[in-house]
Amino acid sequence: MTKKRILAAVAASAVCLFTTVLMPSVAYAKENDSYTYNIDYWGDVQDSPDFYTVSSVFTSSDLGLDVKMKSPEGLFMYGDLLYVCDTGNNRILELKRESSEKLTLQRIIDSFQGADNNTFSGPTDVAISEEGNFFIADKGNARVLKLDKDLNYLMEFNKPEDNTLDKDLTFQPSKLAIDTAERVYCIASGINKGMIKYESDGTFSGFVGATKVTFDFADYIWKKFATQAQRAQMESFVPTEYDNIYMDYEGFVYACTGAVTREDLRADKADAVRKINLMGNDILVRNGEWGVYGDIHMGSGGGYEGPSYFSDVTVFENDIYICLDRNRGRLFGYDDQGRMVFACGSNGNMDGYFRRPVAIEHYGYDVYVLDTLDCAITGFVPTEFGSLVYQAMDQFDQGDYEASGASWQRVMDLNGNYDLAYIGIGRALLRQERYKEAMEYFEVKYDDENYSKAFKQYRKEWVEDHIGIIVAVILVLFLVPLGIGRIKAIRHEIDTADIFRYGQQ
Amino acid sequence: MTEARTRKWNWAKYWDSLRFALYCMTHPLDGFWDLTHEKRGTMAAANTILIVTLIVRIMKLRYTSFLFLTVYWEELNIFLYLASIVFPLALWVVGNWGLTTLFDGKGRLGQVYMATCYGMTPYPVIQLPLMIISNFVTIEEGQFYSVLSVISLIYCALLIIAAMGQIHEFSGGKNLLFTVATLFAMLVMIFILMIFFSMISQGVMYFVSLAREFMFRI
Repeated sequence: MTKKRILAAVAASAVCLFTTVLMPSVAYAKENDSYTYNIDYWGDVQDSPDFYTVSSVFTSSDLGLDVKMKSPEGLFMYGDLLYVCDTGNNRILELKRESSEKLTLQRIIDSFQGADNNTFSGPTDVAISEEGNFFIADKGNARVLKLDKDLNYLMEFNKPEDNTLDKDLTFQPSKLAIDTAERVYCIASGINKGMIKYESDGTFSGFVGATKVTFDFADYIWKKFATQAQRAQMESFVPTEYDNIYMDYEGFVYACTGAVTREDLRADKADAVRKINLMGNDILVRNGEWGVYGDIHMGSGGGYEGPSYFSDVTVFENDIYICLDRNRGRLFGYDDQGRMVFACGSNGNMDGYFRRPVAIEHYGYDVYVLDTLDCAITGFVPTEFGSLVYQAMDQFDQGDYEASGASWQRVMDLNGNYDLAYIGIGRALLRQERYKEAMEYFEVKYDDENYSKAFKQYRKEWVEDHIGIIVAVILVLFLVPLGIGRIKAIRHEIDTADIFRYGQQ
Repeated sequence: MTEARTRKWNWAKYWDSLRFALYCMTHPLDGFWDLTHEKRGTMAAANTILIVTLIVRIMKLRYTSFLFLTVYWEELNIFLYLASIVFPLALWVVGNWGLTTLFDGKGRLGQVYMATCYGMTPYPVIQLPLMIISNFVTIEEGQFYSVLSVISLIYCALLIIAAMGQIHEFSGGKNLLFTVATLFAMLVMIFILMIFFSMISQGVMYFVSLAREFMFRI
């Protein structure tokens, strides 16, 4: 996409120099007027109808807790049970989701049986395997616990024995994810080699999916010439730690990190979110016009600046994932192609606004967000607009293209600035082999690849329909000059023929 | 222009000199020598080529397929867009003439302008058909678009360099040296213009704020 813009940019660049002098332009960032917005092809912020609306906010008193929650950090959804790591109170709350407006407290887990140290110390994350075993990141006790569903101690995962790890480093597992075979993926403070992977029997099997190491070439040269002491003073090129991980329904781990700089994100050198396969490679699709890193306008506003800080991510069954921005208190939804579906939220004290959101979970298309300063869980449900978008995407995935097109049309009626709606209609038309109409929708929103697909088919059809005329035109183009040349030659021969010449003389 | 004014307007001469631009495209050294020395070129033709170039440049914005060129219409200023050709051209012509005239360059200011305009011929000649074809290809087949587009620009640059060598009667090495020197001269001129404009605006701002202050006190 950048390629296209460069063309225009290069053309304008010569003029820019000149214009900056003539017309002092004022750089400004558009303030977001609406709660929900999206970013269009040009990177402009487009206001949008709300995609999610708050169904209810659950505080400690709403849940009927005697001891109020204290800096809770982890959320996990298991069936219709929502687990909350009440980190400050060394306990885990089990809540049952009755409806989108109602969560009821089932039990409070603060101890277990079968081990000497049978309490938690600052548990930061919990995960439950398919068999129902609990995995708890018991950060203060430097262990990952595995308990059965009746809270009996099964085993624990300790600091990995690896020569590359600092001997004195305290093991502080912070977030974890479990795959179907009960292998544990865990991230710990101070360990930046990627996720720590344990086999189900507790053996450490390696680090997977370290972030890309970025460095400046100039810095690299400087380091080459620096002395040992100078080098120690400099920043070292190390991978960044992940902030959170999430195991999706297919067994891929989504990992997010907030320790990224604006320059690295824009230069494509760092990723805020990665989708990690078994090999530890990033397979997240990034086909959107803009990167998958939340806000693209990072100017300061209301005391917040810099890139979005993704503190958690959750993935739906249709591969849409929602990232939680701790910096500006926003939710960013992306589809399987890495295109932004919606962005909403802000910092504040009202319902649907956050102070320090740290964890996100989903139930169907409903979303729960945990705020560690507010000590509250905010429940979101999709609005009519949001539901229609999901419906249109699901219908497309199921192959019901006509219905998908109709749903996208209704989305477009609700929000005419929604790029995905145009492209969605176009894709539905493309599948229905209505190429000419599809091309128009793609052209409006500059979707060059889909446009090319539609155009290729349209051109093929056109050539097939007009093959007679095309052949005729080509024949005429060749035969007419040929014939004219022939006639001229004959005429010339006649004019210069000896018999006539003799006759004239 | 003087020739055209003193004599009666000569369509045949104009048409011939315009067609001569195509000859210059394919025979740069021979063509650009004849351009001034044999008086094959006319100012009218040079102006025409420049205008056609500008028109093609604007048409490209609208009629090139969006696969290759997307335009953010909200921020497009057509005059500034035209200036992206005219302004460097003016700098080039003045800079080149100013330098070469000090170092035995035979070309006059008008001739430098005329030869440069003739050198821009490949731009409309290549870009116009390219613009039309762009609407009939897909993105996968579009590679040739960018290649040809770049070729047209390089072609123009080579022609202009060749033209300067011929009209100033410079040898190859000297010609290249003065091409680089001219580019440098352009930078110097931009620099001076920038200083000039910022000084002027500061000067104006001084009186504006003076007037404002005065208004407050009344």
